[in-house]
Amino acid sequence: MGPFILKRIGQTLITLLLLTILIFTLARLTGDPTPLVMPSEATDADRTFFREQYGLDRPLHEQYLVFLRNILSGDFGVSFRYREPAMNLVLAAIGPTLQLAGLSMLLAIIIGVPLGIAAALRQGSWFAAIVRGYAGLGQAMPSFWVGLMLIMLLSITLPIFPSSGYGGVANFVLPCVTLAFFASASVTLLTWANMTEAMRSDFVQMERVLGIPNRLIVLKHALRNASLPIVTYLGLQFGLLLGGAVVTERVFAWPGVGQLVVEAILNRDFPVVQASVLLTAVLFMTVNLCVDLLYAVLDPRVSA
Amino acid sequence: MHRETSPPILTVKDLTVAFGPMERPARAVAGLNLTLQPGEILGIAGESGSGKSTLCNAIIRTLPRSARVGGEVRYDGRQLLALSEREMRGLRGSEISMVLQNPMTSLDPLFTIGNQVDEVLRERRRQGQSNDQVTAIGLLRRVHLTAPELRLRQYPHQLSGGMRQRVLTAMATAATPRLLIADEPTTALDASIQDEILLLFREIRDRAGTAIIIVTHDLSAIRRLSDRIIVMYAGRLVEEGPTATVFSAPRHPYTRALLDSLPQVEGDTVTLKAIPGQVPNLAELPHGCAFADRCPVAIARCRTEDPTEMQLGLRHRAFCWLADTAS
Amino acid sequence: MTRVAALNASSWWSLRLRWRRRTGRPRLPVLSMALCILLIFAAVAGGAIAPFAPDEPDFTAILAPPFWMEGGSTMHLLGTDQLGRDMLSRLIGGARVSLLTAGAAVLVAGTIGVALGLIAGYLGGLVEAAIMRVVDAFLALPFILMALAFVSALGTGIGNIILVMILTNWARYARLVRSEVVSIKKRDFVLLARVAGVRPMAIALRHVLPNAMTSILVLAVLDIGRAIILESSLSFLGLGIQPPDVSWGLALAEGRTYMSVAWWLTVWPGVAIVLGVMSFNLVGDWLRASFDPRGVL
Repeated sequence: MGPFILKRIGQTLITLLLLTILIFTLARLTGDPTPLVMPSEATDADRTFFREQYGLDRPLHEQYLVFLRNILSGDFGVSFRYREPAMNLVLAAIGPTLQLAGLSMLLAIIIGVPLGIAAALRQGSWFAAIVRGYAGLGQAMPSFWVGLMLIMLLSITLPIFPSSGYGGVANFVLPCVTLAFFASASVTLLTWANMTEAMRSDFVQMERVLGIPNRLIVLKHALRNASLPIVTYLGLQFGLLLGGAVVTERVFAWPGVGQLVVEAILNRDFPVVQASVLLTAVLFMTVNLCVDLLYAVLDPRVSA
Repeated sequence: MHRETSPPILTVKDLTVAFGPMERPARAVAGLNLTLQPGEILGIAGESGSGKSTLCNAIIRTLPRSARVGGEVRYDGRQLLALSEREMRGLRGSEISMVLQNPMTSLDPLFTIGNQVDEVLRERRRQGQSNDQVTAIGLLRRVHLTAPELRLRQYPHQLSGGMRQRVLTAMATAATPRLLIADEPTTALDASIQDEILLLFREIRDRAGTAIIIVTHDLSAIRRLSDRIIVMYAGRLVEEGPTATVFSAPRHPYTRALLDSLPQVEGDTVTLKAIPGQVPNLAELPHGCAFADRCPVAIARCRTEDPTEMQLGLRHRAFCWLADTAS
Repeated sequence: MTRVAALNASSWWSLRLRWRRRTGRPRLPVLSMALCILLIFAAVAGGAIAPFAPDEPDFTAILAPPFWMEGGSTMHLLGTDQLGRDMLSRLIGGARVSLLTAGAAVLVAGTIGVALGLIAGYLGGLVEAAIMRVVDAFLALPFILMALAFVSALGTGIGNIILVMILTNWARYARLVRSEVVSIKKRDFVLLARVAGVRPMAIALRHVLPNAMTSILVLAVLDIGRAIILESSLSFLGLGIQPPDVSWGLALAEGRTYMSVAWWLTVWPGVAIVLGVMSFNLVGDWLRASFDPRGVL
């Protein structure tokens, strides 16, 4: 078990390091931030002082090392707009985003897994065709549009749920349904495909000829085997949900990282953009790492 | 043999299994007849694609839903093809059991051996086919698995192919079935292990009187194990007879070709003689004998008329126009 | 490792379609193929088939509803927006922008990704490790967030959005092609060519690439759907296509303000996106099913 985990952690760290280089390069691509930060009446001496203070006058590789050291100590700089450490802003926003993504994920699993199993057992039936249609729609409908349509139907035409905001339980309904619709589509298809494959495997055939009850074959053996790739994929799916949350938060005025990063880009507030992007990446990669470790626990073959 | 007199445990009559479109069906099994006495070991030989596996799956009724099955499969007097899925499940594993071809993938990789053996035992007990005296360890001992206590705690990937085949055989025979079907039970195993597994099957027959159908393209396995042999080609039975008779005096050209394709060892040289040509497409079989195109002795009649059954002696028959003339 | 196997979300589909192909024509892929062609035609013909210019205001018909509703007219079949611009014409204009950006992005990203994947898979060793870690870094973020990071540096507008989509997409091709190359490399005919002394790059181009082509094609078609969603998402957020250019996502964002009085401003662009994405997805699934019955994609 040891080498596998170490290798995965090592890979993750290298990827993260490369990502910081990428973000640093992007930040420098946007040019000198001085004019954005300094008021127009600032003197040349002020500007020089600012450049020296932020190390902008030093060679690029030195600047990168400073950047790396700073972010390792959690210092992403101060938001140009809010005059607050960017890190704090992101940390404050990450809670609502995680709530939204987590709840939607849960909902997507509750809907998607049973649908996928049922469809796999009724291959070629009308039911399967309907499930396929549902999944196809879920994959093709952009979440911002689903969100708008839900607002139109359930908060404008029939005023049942609030169309925006954060706080009450009612606020969660529309954003969660929006995100879960999209996520449940992939969870359904994935469960379906892996269940189909598991049901075709030799051990299922063997259990059949041994007269093992169907219930056990499906729910114990086939599902457990199908769940391995599903669990791995759920990690990726969580990333897609974080991405989808960006747009969904914008639709429902949800005070999360997505909202924050879009505002920051519109206002050219680069420290906040960098902090949001890097912290989301860390979050996403941590989730995937955990999923891989979970995989090692679930599959006796990996630990060898 | 004395078993001749008792009623057969299995009778297959005019069995046909078709796949594909109605108007152009591919018959994986076409009009096949066979009987099996209690305690008899029957070997079924043929190249891959000859319909051997389909036949097995038709008997135990685990064909895909797209298969169209016709004819009769009688087990102990009951028409299996007419049973409900539920009734059939009551027979599987307890009365009619099966060992599949690939021991490497026939056990669930995520559960321990003990878990899977126990699952089978619980099911047998629930059906009243087994009692508390039969334990998982006892079952593994019966198939001569070494260190059974350890094996129960291990996962399938920690066992060799031969060990897994023993475990599967133990699971399949947990309730002393009266009919055991073994579909290529030794193909995936090392040559040194094959003999041991074959011995195990013979032991099961001798101990419990279980009738065994062993399907394989490995003729030497059949020669060593079975009392009787059936040779199949393109879904049809081409020759049937007592093993010794068929091996010493094969009457169908296909059987002869199969026997010739066994490696011949003369001193230091090993020669392999492959059968020329290919197994025909089942959906586009020509008129007459299906083997005619590859047959070295085919005559004009073979390409126009289906060969009829030719009785060649006690329980020896072949479907060939030349069966009684050729060497 | 297990990740590739996890993404074969339509192996069941292959069974059904292959069975159908033998007995009759599959209808859904044919329909979606037709829809794709229609979209491409709308994108290419653009101005010639649209009743109006996409940004031509008609002050006599501000927020006119679709023709079957009261106050609607057959002049503006799908209604007009807050400036009296014809919705149908705007959708056709949007098709042009969406397909242009998606198509260009997929083409360039595919070429770059395929080239790097071939190099990585073929050379192996350090080069492979280096390329694949960069690929990982580019795939380390959910694609919308990655795109946002690039947008923040590059800016908005059609040109930049295409660039952003190339940057977010190339890595997937590199990963796919590399894994294909690694598996094809082990096959007999490639080994034979190697033994026969054919130069590595010649083998890669002559033998490996054609074998990987079907998977690349399938990925590309499926990617068009993804690219349409990405572009419309960015435009919806105000970080993509900018006026006066038209885009489905942009039209949605603009129509949002009038959602309670003029549903057609938000419904039509959404329907256009869904139909566009779905038809490319279905064609992609169908291609995958016919080329790749075991579903390794």
